[in-house]
This record gives sequence, structure tokens and C-alpha cells, in this order.
Amino acid sequence: MSHFIDRRKSAKGKSAVNRQRFLKRYKSQLKRAVGEAVSRRSITDIDNGEKVSIPSRDVSEPVFQHGSGGVREGVFPGNREFVQGDQLERPQGNGGGSGSSAGDSGEGEDDFVFELTRDEYLDLLFDDLELPNLVRNQLKGATEFKNVRAGYATAGAPSNIDVVRSLRGAIARRVALGAPHRGRIRELEERVEALLRDGLGEQSPEVRECRDEIRRLRARINTLPFIDDFDLRYRAFTRQPEPTSKAVMFCIMDVSGSMDESRKSLAKRFFLLLHLFLQRSYDQTEVVFIRHHTTAAEVDEEDFFYARETGGTVVSSALHLADGIIRDRYSSGEWNVYAAQASDGDNWESDSPVCRELLKRKLLPFMRYFAYVEIRPIRHQTLWHAYEQVAAGMPNFAMQQIDEPEDVFSVFRELFKRQPA
Amino acid sequence: MSERRLICDTSEWSFPLLERFDQEIGRIAEKTYGLDTYANQIEVITSEQMIDAYSSVGLPINYHHWSFGKQFVSTEQHYRRGHMGLAYEIVINSDPCIAYLMEENSLPMQALVIAHACYGHNSFFKGNYLFQTWTSADAIIDYLVFARSYVAECEQRYGTEQVELLLDSCHALMNNGVDRYQRPAPLSLAEEERRQVERETYLQSQINDLWRTLPSAESGDGQAKAKRFPEEPQENLLYFIEKNAPLLEPWQREIVRIVRKVGQYFYPQRQTQVMNEGWATFWHYTLLNRLYDEGFVTDGFMLEVLQSHTNVVYQPDYNSPHFNGINPYALGFAMMRDIRRICEAPTDEDREWFPDIAGRDWLEVLKFAMANFKDESFISQFLSPRVMRDFRLFSVLDDTSREELEVTAIHDEAGYRHIRQALADKYNLGSQEPNIQIFDVDLRGDRSLTLRHYRYQDRPLAGTVDEMLRHIRRLWGFKVRLESVDERGRLEKLAEC
Repeated sequence: MSHFIDRRKSAKGKSAVNRQRFLKRYKSQLKRAVGEAVSRRSITDIDNGEKVSIPSRDVSEPVFQHGSGGVREGVFPGNREFVQGDQLERPQGNGGGSGSSAGDSGEGEDDFVFELTRDEYLDLLFDDLELPNLVRNQLKGATEFKNVRAGYATAGAPSNIDVVRSLRGAIARRVALGAPHRGRIRELEERVEALLRDGLGEQSPEVRECRDEIRRLRARINTLPFIDDFDLRYRAFTRQPEPTSKAVMFCIMDVSGSMDESRKSLAKRFFLLLHLFLQRSYDQTEVVFIRHHTTAAEVDEEDFFYARETGGTVVSSALHLADGIIRDRYSSGEWNVYAAQASDGDNWESDSPVCRELLKRKLLPFMRYFAYVEIRPIRHQTLWHAYEQVAAGMPNFAMQQIDEPEDVFSVFRELFKRQPA
Repeated sequence: MSERRLICDTSEWSFPLLERFDQEIGRIAEKTYGLDTYANQIEVITSEQMIDAYSSVGLPINYHHWSFGKQFVSTEQHYRRGHMGLAYEIVINSDPCIAYLMEENSLPMQALVIAHACYGHNSFFKGNYLFQTWTSADAIIDYLVFARSYVAECEQRYGTEQVELLLDSCHALMNNGVDRYQRPAPLSLAEEERRQVERETYLQSQINDLWRTLPSAESGDGQAKAKRFPEEPQENLLYFIEKNAPLLEPWQREIVRIVRKVGQYFYPQRQTQVMNEGWATFWHYTLLNRLYDEGFVTDGFMLEVLQSHTNVVYQPDYNSPHFNGINPYALGFAMMRDIRRICEAPTDEDREWFPDIAGRDWLEVLKFAMANFKDESFISQFLSPRVMRDFRLFSVLDDTSREELEVTAIHDEAGYRHIRQALADKYNLGSQEPNIQIFDVDLRGDRSLTLRHYRYQDRPLAGTVDEMLRHIRRLWGFKVRLESVDERGRLEKLAEC
């Protein structure tokens, strides 16, 4: 009388629509949460989902309820010491003495915390940046395979039939199979002609015999099928993985006293975006963090964004270091080298021409791309002007000024325009 | 017992084994104990699907709404982090009765769940008067299919946002959408679809009539004005809105109705938690023990079953950190067992307290109790001094007008009746939910709607009042007012929107 059904294989995601609706409804809160989260998390794990929280009063679904107060009588289990008539101190916290309401209100105050999937997270993160759809898809895409023609096959899907090839085969077959008959027909016709020339009439037995045989042979040629299964040729394909390779990204940042937290956070967004792009486009992506003031050092991410330094600025120190690292570890044959430099543009005046020459002669020839962003400069200084000269001559160099988070993407778009992936 | 009867001794389940267990459990349930059940449809699902099932409030199919997504997100989150285990089973009051088993369960757990859900809950759904009156097990799935496609169609036609706003407001009033004293008409899909169209046109004409702006010739004398609309206060807010809200479009009325119907479907469940779980727990315990006695399962199997069973009926004391109110499984199971004990081996105390059931056939008494009571009446009828002693129950009075709490009764001769009354009262819907009724509509004036909150034990309404009034206003379309009447009949204006 019972009926068993195995539902494990049937569609999951029954709640996907409801989940989307929920996210849509709380988009503004989520966006805020995601924005805050960006500054917290490391560049390299941007790819994961994100835990976000919404104040629970925002997502509450109200109903008519009793509030605290009034008269209520609770019944509780586990009496040990009480007798009738005991007076008890009112417990602190919530006004009621009833167990269930205590439990409920205790939990109710917490934020509503949950995790976004990676795609949801990326959507929200780039929402402000108006990332074009094409780019967004590329960012999210998995390793691509390309279907490549691989000659012809004798088996395949009907949609892949190559008509020309198949018919050519059919003609060849018909020619080949019909050839002996045609040869014989030719012989017989010559013979008939000879016989007729010799004065024999149409009705003579020899001529009739020949004519009969010719007719028989013609019939046999006609029975050869116009096209046979055997003739069919299909276009064959094989899946080839797109050639992908390794990339390294240099993050170069000025950490002199003039770069404050908000500037660093803008820089971080830019680095993050670039890293994401590289990760999508290349199998393996490494990140090198170089920070500099008057001297440069390779550091880990934590130090890169959060350690504080003061002092002057010598940009060329970082470029020297990057150059050294490239030569040591990333000989440009197998590595695609990208670099992003963030600074507020404050540099020793005499150092800027050095930077220009360094870039032009040493770095850029080995690099796929070098992006320089100047973050909220007070005014453009020598470094900007020196770099402008570089940009004029080098196609793989871009520079932009970033004042607000929204600007980050325009810089990034620049990169995409030149390096269509 | 003979080795040959043993079904198996593994703890891995498989479909043939499940069927075998179901067969035996079903045989015992029906032949030995005469449980009357709907046919079972047992579905094995993954934990992820279980979370899905959770988030559509246990319904196998439902219309789309963000609140279900919220539920899903939070359940999934808690589950992933290990904050909570999922229920072993979900069972749906439908005919055939659908039960979900999780694939993670071991074989003994699956057997336990089959006994619990497919025979325990199932027979409760079929037998209890509240379920018989308020739900139509054979039509609920069809109705939900209708509801889902209707809501989807409205979304297409009028925009998701419109529908969502409406549903938000309806959901807020979902608990106020039941006629508590009137028996609803049974559901049927074909009927619903046919009548839906009819209703649309008819309703609209009714509304228009109600709101006719032309004054009739003879009106104008004081008598007509004194007549209130509605003549009697209405407790079914959603029904009243569906029928009388002046500005709702026909499709909006239909959606109000859908929410009302779904709310009504859950109405019995809110009132029979202790009984329903107690009954199901009692039967998985009884059926599986019987299975063991007849030699179908091994000792190890039974130990695993008993371990889960013990966890389910655990009742922490009031001062334990795990305490979270009275566990309905524990209380219900203890009471069911106690009724059986009173029938089979009554003491003098039982004879005094339960003269009419002491010594009678326990099966008959239990079935009678299951069929004809809800939590409140079940407790006030059957909670025995023995159970109160076992639970060491005591009652505490919390009156905000007084400095201190007072222990009003404990589990002794003087306190039994008081505790029983107090506990039964906790399960009274009136004490759980505020009593709010539609009192008046200003037909000739600004069309404003007046609601009255009848205070129970002097308890005020929670802080959601303003928000709630906004929702009601959205449905009603005109000004909404809420008044509060305390137990001495004094009127107080609470809010207006």
C-alpha cells in the first residue's frame, strides 16, 4: 500500500527562484555588505562567495503578536526547590517569564547572516562598475574548449553531413562499380556496328543477342544506388583546450605617508579587478606585491595593504626591484607579465625621468601590460608627466586617474580594449 | 525468536529493505493496532532537497515568494555550519500522505521514520477532527498547483513587484485568516478553477453595490446610520478583506484567498503539536518494539532506534542551558503512554481522576483521544498527576504590575488542577495569538476600517503594530484604525494608518 519514490536524482534548486527574489529584495543592503567585505578580504580569494549579514529587523515578516507585559502564567518542568507561594526575583533581560518567548527574542536580535555564491557575489561587486556583460561573462567563464575541425569521419550526427564530400564519394562509387559494364557495353556496341556494316540486319540473331546484352548491362548500371550509406561523410571535430598559460601580476604601491587608507582601498579595488581578470584568462596566476617609499621591498599581502610607513618617495626603486624579479623568476617567454602601479603621484622630482627610462627600456618590452593609476592626486606632478611621455610611445602602457570607486572600472576597461581576450 | 524472521542485520538501507520494513510495520499498524491511514507515498531525498522542503513551509509545491528564499538561505546556512541538524523526516497532510526520508539516515532511522511519519502522523491526519474539518487532504496538492500557476500568471500580467507587495501584506495576516467557528468548504482543483472566474465577476459586482455612492431616496433617517458594518465583529481579517475591500482588483482578491486557504491548511497543525508529535512518537515506539518482539530486527537495530527515540523525547529542566520550552514530543509521548498505563494498570489515584477510562481498552481510549481533541482540551482532559510529577511541573505567575514572580502551584495535591489548567491555557490559541477583529467600516464617511484588539490577560500588542497597520492599509486602501479593549471594557486608541 506504500509507494516508494527515489527523488534524489530530480532537480535540486527548487528554491532557486525564491532565493533570487530574496536577494533582489535586499540588494541595497547586500551591496553595502559586499562593499565592506571587499576591503576586508584578500585579493586572491575574491573568487569565493561572501558571507553577508543584514540586520534582522529589515528582513522581518511582521505578524500580530503579544508584546511583553500583562499577566501570564508559565508552566515549567524540573522543579527542585520551589513550593507554592514562593516569590521569585524577575529574571533580567526580557520582561516575560515564559520560556519560549525568552528563547525567541534572544535569537531574534542577531543579524541575518548568510553566504552568497560566487556568481551572486561578483554580480553585486561589479554592479556599480557597470561591467559590460561580455566582460562579466569572461570573468565568470570556466576553461574554454574550442571545437576544431579534424577532417572527415564515416560516422557522425546527421547535421554534420558534408554534402559535397558525400556526393563526390557517391559519384566515385557509381563510376567504379559501373566501369566493367560500361567497358563491355562499348565492346558490344562496336561489335553491333561491325555486324551491321557486314550487312547483317537488325533482326539477325547475332545483333539481337548483342542488343539484349547491352540492355541487360544498362539495367544493371541503373540499379546502382545513387547514394549509399557507404558514401556518407561527416565533418569531424575534436575539442581542443584553448592555449592558456601562466601570468604574473605585479602590484606596485606607494606606501609613503601621503597614501592614506581610502587611497589604499581604491588601489586595492583596482588590483583586485586586475587579478580577477588574469585569473579568468590564465590557468595560473601569481601575484607579487611590491611596496615602496624611498626603498622598495617585496612583501606579502597583509603588509602590502596594512603596514604603515612614512617618508619620501622614490618610485624607481620599485621598478628596479620589479625588473630584478622578472629577470630572476619570470623570464617572459612562458610568463605573461602584468603590472599595476598605484600612487598618489608624489615623487622625487629627479627620479621621474629615471622611471621613464626604466619603463621604456627595461620593463615594458617584457610586459603584456602596465597600468598606472594615480589616486586622488592634489595636482599632477613630475611622475605623471614623465609617464605621459611613456604612454605616447608604448601601446602596452596605460595611465588613469582615479578619484572615486566608480572610476576604477574605466581604467580597467581601457585594459580590455587593448587586449581583447 | 526464530532467526528466520530477521529482516536483515545491516544498517545500510536499500529500497527493497525499506519496502520490506514498510510492509511489516504497516501490517502491525493495521492488523494489530487497527490504525487507519491514508496510502503512503514515501520519497527519498537528499539533504539539499530537504532544505528545499523546509523553505516552502513543508509543502511539496508552492508559489514563489522571497520569504521562502529567506527561509531557505537561513536554513541552508545553519545546516552547513552544523548549527542544526535537519529533521529526519517531513510529512505532508495529503492523500496519499507524502513523507520525505533523508538519504543520510541509517536503516534503523528510516524504519523509525516510516513508523513515525507514515503510520503515526498519517493516522493522526486522517483521524483528528481538526484536520478533518479544516483541511482537505485529497485536494491540497491540486490546490497548491492551482495557486502556484495562478500567482505566476499574475506575476506575468501585473508584474512581480505588485504581486510581491500583495503577498507580503497577506502573509502578515495569514494567521488572521481562519474562520474558527465555521466549517470551510472542501477544496477541489476543478471546482476552484471554475469558480475562480465566476467569483471574479460576481465579487466585483457585490463590492460595487456595497460602495454605491448614490444615496437611495428613503435613506437619511438615523436608523440606517446606527447600523454597523459588519454587523458582527469579524475575526477572519483576510476573508473580510477578500470580500469587502473596496479597491482590490479581482486577481488581488484571488491571491488574498489563496493565502487564506494555505493559512487555513496550517491552522490545525498549530493547535495539535503536542498531540500530533506525541501520537506519532508513541506509535513509532510501540510499532518498532512490536517488530522487535516478533523477531524481525536485531538488538543492535533496536538500540539505535531507542537512542534516537530518547533524544527526541528529552525534556531539559527549566534551568538547563538547553531549555527551550516544553518539548511537545516529550509531553505528548508521556501523556499517550500514561493513558495506556491508566487503562492497563490503573492506581487508586487514576481511578479517582479518570473514572471513565481507568481499566478500559487502551487502544480504544487512545484513538478516541486522538480523534476528538486538540492540545488545549487534550491536556485539560488527560494530563494526569503522574505525568506532572514525572515532569516536576510548576507554574509561575508573571504579572507586570507586581514586583516579583510568584510560584502559583507545584506538582502536589493542591497544585495539580491549577497546573493542568495553566498548561492547557498555554496551548490555547487565544493565549498564543492576540485576538484582533474587524469592528467597523465607515461606509458613509471616509471608508476607514476599524479593528479592535481584545486584550487577553492584559497583554499588550508587540511593536509590530504600525507595520501591520501599513499592510492592512495596503489591502484595504483606506484609513485603518486599531483600538484596544481591555478586559474591563475600556477602549483605547492604539494606532492609525
